[in-house]
Amino acid sequence: MRITCPHCGARDAQEFSYLGDANPKRPDGLDATEAAMHDYVYQRDNPAGRHRELWYHGAGCHAWLVVTRDTRSHAIEAVEVASTVRSGAAA
Amino acid sequence: MRYSVFSLLAQTLKGHKGWQPTWRDAAPKPEYDVLVIGGGGHGLATAYYLASRHGIRNIAVIEKGHIGSGNVGRNTTIIRSNYLLPGNTPFYELSMKLWEGLEQDLNYNAMVSQRGVLNLYHSDAQRDAYARRGNAMRLAGVDADLLEREQVRAMVPFLDYDNARFPIQGGLLQKRGGTARHDAVAWGYAHAGDRNGVDIVQNCEVTGLTLDNGRVTGVETTRGPIRAKKVALAVAGNSSRVASMAGLRLPIETHVLQAFVSEGVKPLIDTVVTYGAGHFYVSQSDKGGLVFGGDIDGYNSYAQRGNLPVIEDVMESAMALWPGVGRIRMLRHWGGVMDMSMDGSPIIDHTPVQGLYLNAGWCYGGFKATPASGFCFAHLIAKDEPHPVAAAYRLDRFASGRVIDEKGAGAQPNLH
Ligand SMILES: Cc1cc2nc3c(=O)[nH]c(=O)nc-3n(C[C@H](O)[C@H](O)[C@H](O)COP(=O)(O)OP(=O)(O)OC[C@H]3O[C@@H](n4cnc5c(N)ncnc54)[C@H](O)[C@@H]3O)c2cc1C
Ligand SMILES: [Zn+2]
Repeated sequence: MRITCPHCGARDAQEFSYLGDANPKRPDGLDATEAAMHDYVYQRDNPAGRHRELWYHGAGCHAWLVVTRDTRSHAIEAVEVASTVRSGAAA
Repeated sequence: MRYSVFSLLAQTLKGHKGWQPTWRDAAPKPEYDVLVIGGGGHGLATAYYLASRHGIRNIAVIEKGHIGSGNVGRNTTIIRSNYLLPGNTPFYELSMKLWEGLEQDLNYNAMVSQRGVLNLYHSDAQRDAYARRGNAMRLAGVDADLLEREQVRAMVPFLDYDNARFPIQGGLLQKRGGTARHDAVAWGYAHAGDRNGVDIVQNCEVTGLTLDNGRVTGVETTRGPIRAKKVALAVAGNSSRVASMAGLRLPIETHVLQAFVSEGVKPLIDTVVTYGAGHFYVSQSDKGGLVFGGDIDGYNSYAQRGNLPVIEDVMESAMALWPGVGRIRMLRHWGGVMDMSMDGSPIIDHTPVQGLYLNAGWCYGGFKATPASGFCFAHLIAKDEPHPVAAAYRLDRFASGRVIDEKGAGAQPNLH
């Protein structure tokens, strides 16, 4: 499997570390309920198909990336730099 | 059909032309008391124990492919009960005991072979950790022996004992561990289930769960709807997908695990060896192939096939531990999709949906668990209370903080 890093180009997946699903958002502050924290830490959709996930380019530019990948075929649809995705989401 | 020395002799005289299929290829009936989804080892064992131990007669196992096509036929066949944590040790030991009587119980040769499982250690710290694990096992009534380097050398002389980085200092041996013929485990439970009236329905995929007022009433399948009083999920790597049909989310990710086998060679290794310095283990099948296993690929996958990096990693570990292996050719490799739970341990529990039961999250260790998993799941379904030995495998343990994290890796499935 190869991941095309927006900074470094197409690289072997071995250069990256996997964190997991990119969708869960950490509940905000001390007001977060236990149920919301449990959901965030433990529960996953785990789809067979399109999955947005976090990868870290440790052997390259050290950026966190959001990779949209099909978990059945490993085909990659999009790779974005996570910091831009996050600020985009907040705006 | 009951197998015995006499049936074997009689067939020998007839040129082995009279063997009958060992289970009926049943068509689904409109309604069952218990419907088990998933014709892997766990589903088939569950149905067998429901029928043989709890007297429930109207049971079906529904399998989307053919039985044995999932992980029960893809694993590296290792069985052992060398766990550390209180939630795990008694459960896997019950499984070990069931393995020891399995063939008589099922009237089927599952080729259970107690050839021993030897975990190597390469440092003082690792020796201490294994001593602790061995003590925990012995306290729970499980056999464990801490071996010195020369005792290990006497068992497996051909390893690289003087490796500059990871010299072998000794090992933790569970003599009662070993291997079992994985396909025969599925076939044996199917055989014995069928003899107890279980319908084994193949080529029938569950595509929906029908609910009424928070209670499950049956399933939709590619062969039409089936009503059921109780529905039990034992679908290995597909637990999240099937549970989502009832609107449930699970603390599970699906990952692919690969295995490899070499060309057949003469008897070389008569035990199971695991390398303490990397994720690698080896045993020899009765056909002569060396069977190797290692890590998962490490990212969510439903592909049922693996990628090269893990193969390379396993082969590098093999060469570091056992240089002679480089003379042997690899024959084939394959992958299976497994549930990796958030603490690396399984789930056997009710779900929040009435009448819907969950058997999931088996990660690396589900084959050895097959008998106890079926036994305890059947107990839960029949009596509506957990079997004491599986009482820690609750679905709500993540919310309540009672996680069972053997590796201490936290809520990170690819690290377990
Ligand atoms: C490469 C590899 C090596 C392993 N090595 C070991 C080992 O050495 N020791 C060990 O203890 N464990 C090992 N494991 C883990 C172990 O094999 C599994 O945890 C265990 O077999 C899972 O239970 P099962 O046998 O019931 O699953 P499976 O055999 O996978 O059964 C689940 C069944 O559910 C069916 N199914 C799924 N969705 C549906 C649906 N919608 N409708 C109908 N049917 C459905 C599937 O087709 C499948 O047949 C290994 C796994 C792999 C992949
Ligand atoms: Zn990069």
